[in-house]
This record gives sequence, C-alpha cells and structure tokens, in this order.
Amino acid sequence: MSDGVSTGSTDTDATVTITVNGDEVAARPGELLIDACERSGTYIPRFCHHPRMAPVGMCRMCIVDVDTGPGPALQPSCMIECTPGMQVDTRSERTRKAQDGVLEMLLVNHPLDCSVCDKGGECPLQDQTMTFGPGESRFIEEKRLFLKPIPVNSNVYLDRERCILCDRCTRFADQVAGDRLIHFLDRGARTQVNTFPGEPFSSYFSGNTVQICPVGALTAVPYRFKARPWDLQEVESTSVLDSVGSRITVQSSRDRVLRFQGADADAVNWGWLSDKERFVFEAYDHPDRLTGPLMRGDDIGNRDPDGSALVSAPWGEALGAAAAALSATTADRIAVIGGARLTNESQYAWAKLAKGVLGTDHVDAQLGDGLPAEVVLGLPRATIDGACTPGGTIVLLGPDPKEELGALYLRLRHAVVHDGATLIEITPLSTGLSTHAAHSVRIRPGEAVMAVEAMFGGSGSGALDRATRLELAAAGGAIVAGGPVTVLLGRTSLAESEGLVVDAALALNDRMPDASFLSLLRRGNVHGAIDMGLAPGLLPGRATLDEGRNRFDGIWPHVPAHRGHGTNAILEVAAAGGIDVLVLLGADILADVPDRSLARRALDGVRTVVAVDLFATPTAARADIVLPAAAPTEVDGSFTNLEGRISLVVRKVTAPGTSRPDWMIAVGLAERLGADLGFASVDDVWAELAAVSPVHAGLDREVLAASTREGVLVPGGMPLVRPAPTEVPDRDRDLFRLVVTRSMYDNGVLMAHSPALAGLAPGTRLVVEPSDLLRLGVNDGDTVVVTGPGGRLNVVVGSDPGVTRGTAHVLFNQSGLDAGDLIDASASVTDLRMEKAP
Amino acid sequence: MADATDAGWGYLANAPGFVRTSGPAVLTSRFAFEDSYTLERSLATGGYEGLRAALRRTPAEVHEEVRQASLLGRGGAGFPAGVKWGFCPDGVWPRYLVVNGDESEPGTYKDRLLMERDPHQLIEGCLIACYAIGLSQCFLYVRGEMALAQERIAAALNEAYAAGLVGAGVLGTDLSVDIVLHWGAGAYIVGEETALIESLEGNRGMPRLKPPYFPAAIGLYGRPTIVNNVETLANLPWIMEHGAEAYRGFGSEASPGTRLFSLSGHVRRPGVYEVEQGVTTFRDLIYGDDFCQGIRDGHELKMFIPGGGSAPWFFNEHLDLPLEARPVGAAGSMLGSGAIVVMDETTDAVKACLRLVRFFANESCGKCTPCREGTSWEEKILQRIYDGHGRPSDIDLLLDVGDNISPGPYPAASFEAEGLEAVPFPPLQTTICPLGPSAVAPIVSAIRRFRHEFEAKITRGDGIPVRAEVSA
Repeated sequence: MSDGVSTGSTDTDATVTITVNGDEVAARPGELLIDACERSGTYIPRFCHHPRMAPVGMCRMCIVDVDTGPGPALQPSCMIECTPGMQVDTRSERTRKAQDGVLEMLLVNHPLDCSVCDKGGECPLQDQTMTFGPGESRFIEEKRLFLKPIPVNSNVYLDRERCILCDRCTRFADQVAGDRLIHFLDRGARTQVNTFPGEPFSSYFSGNTVQICPVGALTAVPYRFKARPWDLQEVESTSVLDSVGSRITVQSSRDRVLRFQGADADAVNWGWLSDKERFVFEAYDHPDRLTGPLMRGDDIGNRDPDGSALVSAPWGEALGAAAAALSATTADRIAVIGGARLTNESQYAWAKLAKGVLGTDHVDAQLGDGLPAEVVLGLPRATIDGACTPGGTIVLLGPDPKEELGALYLRLRHAVVHDGATLIEITPLSTGLSTHAAHSVRIRPGEAVMAVEAMFGGSGSGALDRATRLELAAAGGAIVAGGPVTVLLGRTSLAESEGLVVDAALALNDRMPDASFLSLLRRGNVHGAIDMGLAPGLLPGRATLDEGRNRFDGIWPHVPAHRGHGTNAILEVAAAGGIDVLVLLGADILADVPDRSLARRALDGVRTVVAVDLFATPTAARADIVLPAAAPTEVDGSFTNLEGRISLVVRKVTAPGTSRPDWMIAVGLAERLGADLGFASVDDVWAELAAVSPVHAGLDREVLAASTREGVLVPGGMPLVRPAPTEVPDRDRDLFRLVVTRSMYDNGVLMAHSPALAGLAPGTRLVVEPSDLLRLGVNDGDTVVVTGPGGRLNVVVGSDPGVTRGTAHVLFNQSGLDAGDLIDASASVTDLRMEKAP
Repeated sequence: MADATDAGWGYLANAPGFVRTSGPAVLTSRFAFEDSYTLERSLATGGYEGLRAALRRTPAEVHEEVRQASLLGRGGAGFPAGVKWGFCPDGVWPRYLVVNGDESEPGTYKDRLLMERDPHQLIEGCLIACYAIGLSQCFLYVRGEMALAQERIAAALNEAYAAGLVGAGVLGTDLSVDIVLHWGAGAYIVGEETALIESLEGNRGMPRLKPPYFPAAIGLYGRPTIVNNVETLANLPWIMEHGAEAYRGFGSEASPGTRLFSLSGHVRRPGVYEVEQGVTTFRDLIYGDDFCQGIRDGHELKMFIPGGGSAPWFFNEHLDLPLEARPVGAAGSMLGSGAIVVMDETTDAVKACLRLVRFFANESCGKCTPCREGTSWEEKILQRIYDGHGRPSDIDLLLDVGDNISPGPYPAASFEAEGLEAVPFPPLQTTICPLGPSAVAPIVSAIRRFRHEFEAKITRGDGIPVRAEVSA
C-alpha cells in the first residue's frame, strides 16, 4: 500500500470520531475524509476521486474546511485521512466559494454541449453543476478548441474539449490496467489527454475509462448516440462471458440492450470489465441470431433429412425429430457436449434430461480444453479475495489470466502491484503479469510435475535446465517463507493433455496441504455446469453417481449406472461410429475443441447432430436439427463463478423470434420423449435443485436477490480423486514441443458477431524463442516445414523471447495458422519437427 | 579565500551578469577569473579545501557546523539547510541528494552564474552535503535551457572524477559519492522540488501531493531525499573552510551570510550582486554606488519586484526594508529567489501584469483546476483589457478569480493613499503547489496600486473575447 491505492479492505472494528457539520461521525482509521463523509450522508462533490484508484487531488472540487487543531483551512477531502477530533465544515461560506470557484473554472473550457453529449443526463459534471455550481459563468472568452472526436482506439473516442483532466482514465491505464498508453500531453490550459503517435490505447480494458469518465470526453463507439440515459432501463446481472462472473448492469431501451456497465462487487470485479465482457452484448443483438429451429432441407426450403442446406422448421417438428432420433437409439449411444453458456437452472434441466431421462452419462460441458471436474471440486477451493490477500503468495500454473479472464487479471495485478502479494509463475509463456512476478519460470509442456519437484527440493527434476531449477528452488523458498498460498490452476497449453496439469496440481497439493486452488477454467458458467452434473460421473450438487443415486431416487426417472466419457473420448467414440445422437449445447466443436480433425471426424461419424445455439456456427451448419436458444440478456437464472459464487442473471430483453431459454428446450424435448421434467419456471428448477443438492439447499432466488451484489459463495467440495499419472515421452531435443494458448480476442462466434470486437483478433503464426530461430538457421518471417501428427505444413515462423526454448507457440482459433490442425488430443504432448524450407 | 587579482577583471567587461562589489565574496570569489570554471583554477584558489576540512571531521560534526551557520535555503522558502538534513528518517537507505538547478523564476539568474562560473564550488558543496548526511548518490538537475551551465558542470565533473575528487574513495578516504548530471527539459514547475523529483524519475514534471510535506521522508524513487538549491550548497565549502562562526559574521543574526541577488530592469547597472543579508537594504542595492547605481537616467522608480515574478510588488516606501525574509514577508511580499526587477515610470502596469501572468499561465503544469484554468483565464481577461476590450466589471473579476485560486486577502504591500494595510506573506491556496497563487501576485499588486491604469484602458467596454485557435 505504499502508493496509497486502496485495497478495498479496511479494518472495520476500530473507529476514529470526527465532526462533520456539527455531527459526530465514526470513521475508520485511515479512511479518506471524502469517503467517511459520504458514508455518513454528507456528499462532497468530486471528479477525480475514484474509490478503486489512488487519490490524486487534481480537480480540487472536494475542497472543504478542515480543522485539525491549528484552525480551519481549505483541504482536499480526497487526500486527507480522518484523524481523531477532526472538525469538518462542508457548508461554510469559504467552502462554498472555493467549490463554486473550482466548478466555474472547470466549465471555463468545457463546451457545455450537453444537449448532444452522450453523457448528458448521467454526467457528474452536469449533476454537480446543478447542485453546487454558481449557475452562471463569467467567462466570455472563446473556449479551448480541439479537433474532435479522435479515436484513441477502435472502440473509444476522445473529445478533448469536454475533458476536465481529472486523471481518472490515465490513472486507470497506469495503476489498474498497467497499459500506460494514454497520457497528459502539453501543459497549462493546453493540457490534453492523448495517445502517442502510432501507439493507440490498445488495452483489453479500455472501456472502463469510458465508464469512469466524469464527463462525456470518452465515449464508447457501440453506445455513441444510441440513447439518452433517461430512456434507459437497467437491471443488475452477471456477465456470463467468462467464469469470473463479473457483476454488470444491463441497460436497454426499446427492448434492445445498448450497454453493459461494470457493477462494483467488492468480492469479484470491483466495477471493472474487460472490453470483451463489456461489448459482447452487440453479438446478442446481431441480425444473424437464430430466430427459429432449423432442419435439413433442400435449396428451396423444403425439409429433407438428406438435404444439403438448413431450412426453417416449426418447433414441434424440430423437437419431434430430435425426440425420434433419441428414442431410436440406446442411452449408451447418446452424448451431450457443452452447456457452459447456460444458466445453472438450464444446466440442471439438461442434466436431468440427459442423465435422468435419457440415461446417458456421456455428458461433458467442457470441450477437451478443461480439467477433470473431480479435480476442480476435490482440491481445496480458493476465492478471488483469498488469492489477492495482501502479503499472500500466488502460484500461477495455468493460462495467462490477462488473455482469458480479464477481470480476474485486474484483481490479481492489483494484489501483486499494490498489495504486496508475491507472484510465482510456472508457465510455458511469459504472461501479462510476468513483469510483476517475483519468480517467472518458463517450462515446456510435460515439465510441470518436475517443476513442482524442483521447487520443493525433490528428486526427478533433472531434465530441467539448471537455471530453471535454481529459479524454481528460489520460488519454493519464497513459498515456505511467505503468507497464505493460492494456486491458480488451469491448462497451461491446449496442446498438452489435462492429465499433466492434474499431476502437477496434485503434487502441489501434496507439498502444500494448506494451499488452496482457484480454478482458471474460463468458459462462462463452466463451474455451474460441473455443479449441475454436466460432467461425466457427476450428478447435480457435487456428487458422484454412486453418492447421489439415492438422493435422486423418485425425483429422476434414472441415474446412469456407469461413468461415461468426457468430450475427447466421446468424440473418439463418435468418430468410430459409436454415437448415434450428439447434442451440442452451445458447443461449436469445430472451433472450440483443440483437436480440430477429431471434431471433424466425430461429426462425420454421428447419425444425428442436434445443436442448441444462438448462431448458425460452422458446427451448427453441419447439424441435422438446430434449436435456437435465448441469450444471457434474455433469460432469468443464476450463474456460478470460478470461486463457486452464485449470482443472479436477470432477463432484460425479449429473445428474438421463437428462440427460448435452454431449460424450456429441455422441457419440450423431454415432453416429446414422454417424460415430464416437472418444470414450468426457473423457480421450479431451483426448488428441485435445492431439494436434491445439499450444497444448494436453502438457496433460492429470493435469497440470491437479497444477497449483496457479491452473490452467495457455495461451500463444499468432493473427496479428491487421484487419476493415474500421465506419461510424458522424453523430449527429443531436435523437436519443438507445441504450446497453444488463447488470446483475449479470437475468431469465436460471439466475437465475430460483435462489431466492436470483430476486428481485434491478432491472428497468429508459429513463434519460437530467438535462439531456437538461430539454431534452425532461419530468420523471423521465413517459411519452415513443420512435421507433426497432422502431417507436413509450410508455415511462417517468428520469434519472441517470452516463449520457452525448445517450444513452439501458436494462438488458438486465430487467422493465419490453424492451431487445431497441429494438436493431437490422443497424445499427452505434441512434438513438432521443424526444418528450414528448401 | 583567495581574492581575485585585478588582472582577471578584464574578462568581465564583456560579460554582464556579475558585478563585483567591495563587500565579502563568499560565493563569487573565483568569478573574476576567465578560467574560473576549471579544476586548475579552482585548486589554485583554494578549491576543495572546504571538502578536506570537512573530511577531517565526523559527518555529525559537519552537520552541526552547518546547523550552527544557520545556512538558510536559497531556493525561495529560506528553510535552514541543517534542519532539513535532519529530516531523513534514521536507518533508511539508500537516500539521495538532489540539487535543484532548475532556476527559472522570472528575473533570477544567480544559480546559472554559480554553475557556469564555478561548477567546482558546487560539486564541492555536494560532496560536503553527502558526507554530512551519509549519501553516496547525488543528482544535479540543471535547467534545460542552461546549455553553458550543463557543459561546464559536465566538464567539471569529468575533471573531478579524473582527479579522484568524486567517485569511489574521495580524496583517498572511504567516502564514495557519485554525482549524476541531469538535464531538464524546460519547465518552470520543475523548480518545485516534488515536480523536480517526478521529472528526474522520468515522469511528467508535476508536483506531488502533500503530505508528505518534505521529500526527506519519501522522495526520489520513494527514498529519503534531500533537495537543496545550487546557491545553498555553494556556501558549504566556505563554511567548512572558515567555520560557522566566521560565516555568521556576515549578514544579520536571523539571516547570516551573504546572498546573491539578481537585479534587472531599469537600473544603471543590472547584474548579480553578492550582498550581506539583513544589513543591506533595497535602497542600497538599487541606488548604492557599489551596486546598481540608481534608476536609468532621467527616470524614477515606479515599482519593483523584490523576489522574482511570484512576489507581490514593492514601491518607493519599501526601499528601506532590509534584505531579509521576515520584514519583507511582513510588508506583504517575499525575498524568494532574490530576483529584483526594477521598473520606472515608463512601465505600463497593466502590460507588466499581463506579461507576468502570461508566464505563469504558460508554465502551469495543468495538474490542478484552479491553476490550469484560472491562470489562463486571468491572462485572457488581462489581454482583453490591454487590447482595449475590457469591461468595467473585469477588474473585480480579475480579483475574484484570483481569490478562487488563492482564497482570502492576498499578500500585498500597504497603500496608505487608499487606506490599505499590508497583508503578510504567504498566500493561501486552493491549488496543489504555489504556482497558481503566484499568478495572483502581479494582479493584486497592480490593481491595488494602479487601478486607474486599468480603468484608463477600459474605454470601449465592449468585451470582445480573446480568440482561440484549434489545436490538433
């Protein structure tokens, strides 16, 4: 806390007493005067002060009369901490004159174009001018003039004339996001916020600056001129885009969502959102959304089971066809993949349909890029706050949080940069946090267990470089000497099997029994899916098939007898012709499953593919029956984040056409199968869940709605299951071990349908460490021949010092090079031979 | 103290800026020599003797000697250097010495001469300070525009390093000090010590927020940092060599020693003068034969700025005040950086005021609202009045906008004809640093005394605004 950035946690027990306008107020020690006054009901006007960033005292609006002994003096209340006996007068004549003066000066160069400004109606400058200002300006000169607006990046426009130079956006970029790309330029009254030439504000978090701008200087392209604030209706909901479950405000007008704003949940996202979470609503409103069921048909719209096209069909017919296909086969030849987009309630309904009615256990919400559900539930679980404990230790064994879980990255960055948490990274690539890590260790796929051994002085780390071993030993020493340990656990690479990460996690658990684990599984409500039983071998409520069997007796028609397959195994079986009906719940397996050829072969091998989705994705285009689902802004329900925290998802707008919530589709399909799921509403689903799941008992929508913005953390786990260790082939030093990771922006279907995000995917190429490039005898940009499990490919190679020596890195689901063509899901690691092209 | 020989003075004939007086020469003893900036000349005239004297004593004794000398900071605030040194928290290392050579107060040019003419004296002062406080790293921040000073300091540092005077094992002792020369990029505000530290760290030169009030607690790179003015440190060699007792023999009890004053404007002989503090008066300095020798021929004094552009103006009746902080402050102004700007009756008070306010508006760093918007607004109003487009209400508007930058009665000299009493220095502020209030000084001074000149310019009263240009 040496730089004064607030931690969000304050000792609430002790108090100091101050006097505000004659009334005694109990403040917390170290609390800023402006915050203590606000809590006690005295609002002091402010522009630059923001509770999540260090005070700067720039705008001078919050100046009040403060007496700490030597007599009253004007002091900025955002800069001084409450001390016992402090006398504060926020209404004195002197205070009023100073505040009037500051406000008048803020307006000296402000264009006062409120009538055409997007901020008009929700503008702190406007509001406080009405409340505190002198009402009239004495300034008759011409105002400062700038060319406007100018783009600081493709989504954020800057109007420098409106800017009051409060330092909020620039402080956010520096202190919170760590992307120092917007700055003050020039000085005096010519001071402006701007980017440097050729260096746009290319931050994953730029939209936050729009939200915290106290005037209309920064506007987001997706919202510009779309609505007036007083025409907006809003509900508080949860972002289901990634597993952080950031709290958001969904704002709509005329039944269209126009904006997502971050809501400040102390335990979760602190009000921040990644641009992906913020702007994704555009996709939900896209004209390409499915508006009715589709079935196979011919070119002129007639239904034809063998047709080459998809044609629209009535719900009854589509559901009937799906039911017929399901009835025509046995439970063991039915599989359900996907479901992370769904709410908890929809997941429960689909779990009941798949496992209870159809009787199959080939159900997996993860797409071959996750971790076994039993491991996620079996390891001691951490919270975000726990991971971010000041003085704690964070071990990252997983993907780059900056690329995959933006809001979590901001919390972690704050903990490491401002709260003195120690970060230890064991990753194949440098991450967005590497510059702040105490120990940033590069390992190759397959070396994670060895790395854990090296940290704790065990044997069996001999294959690691000496420098790596020493760094790991130092990291281990830091853990032993440090505070509480949280392991951030996820897939370090999509080109290695999940077993390798599991083995390393179990080794960490053995070595540090007190450490807790925060799952970095990224996909939407995947943790809800695990809790709702959309995983092989599990039933809703974090129970195995055997544990839960009795509990579901009489409530579900069946409980599967044997554990089924996970996604990769399902696809293998399907490719071999062992699956007749494959139901895809929002799973675009051609884009999302790491092994692209496996997904292709599986689709070829299945008789009937039923896709439930928002869009006609490439996978859905190959389905036999496509059922349109409602988007997250169109459904009520709840969401479980990576901590196991449940918060409400609230419907704001109407789903397009006849698309409907996923749980309703499950109910309709069950009906066609002659089964009654017993659900007529989301509340019915929740009531049954609360009855069968001990971890969800006592929770209902009222409890969730009444909970604070943070939601309710569901405790409880499962006994840790230890899968057999995964074998790793010895590394051939002539080969390159493939590392495939995701970046924030890719070619995913939601991204492609959000105009704000569509152009941002960076593309990819094969990248190796610079010395490896020398070893190959090629230059950055040369073409090399790559031989791997997918065959021979000519690819352009590049270099990056952030890549581990002996590995080759590719981004997943990007243009330029299709990583899915290089990955072999049947091997624990993928090795590539690389040669200079002849 | 080696005195200059007559042979050396020829050089000064072509170099206005420094004028030798018959008084003591603590700081300027070497200025007469054409090669005063070389190590050879410095050593030949007693250079680094103060350092040798200091090294023979313990750091605590050196610190005590400086405290005994009551060496007041020469940057403007006049804070005792020995006391400031004591603010470093015990046991916190590393700590730094930063030399404030960003002299840019309008009218001030004494540090520039000290750096150009006798860089070794400054380096020696730095070494003594480092020894006394226990520092091994010193940063010499020199204003961007002072090319000659930068060149000469760089050359002097090279000589000193080569001679074993700076670096590891100074003069064969175990004192090791590195001195880094840093060139500013040209900003007045960087003369404010926390802005200087920001600039030195590579950030925009903007003042830091207080508290902490002194960088001695948290300064450069978050470490304890002593920021001293060039002239302050240049005194140290003499004090070390001759002792605090001898130093206190110059000047007054409250303000011992000599001080450099930069005189400019309508006097016969402008220049930098080394003056005994407290015992010399403004009248001596402006009219004395040893000093400026009076107002230029045929003219008489209208007003003078006693302490740089930020200081409220003085007039005829203040000529007999001694050159000492307290009486000058009580009379409603400040000695500041020792820059005295003399203006005769041909001076247009409105134009002088506009020119000064424009300086502050241009140099505002843009950080806090009252300074950023207020100073440029004041400039625009003054420009309008000067151009003949003022309105009668503009005079009160100037004062009220000033009041919003610096609330309450602004420091000003008395004006008996109007029944106005002096308001003592310093001003209050709604701003982060004193730059904004500085712009109010010329406005209040000019309107209080020469309101009729403003009114005379407001003939049309049409209020045609000042035009703005579109910036890219």
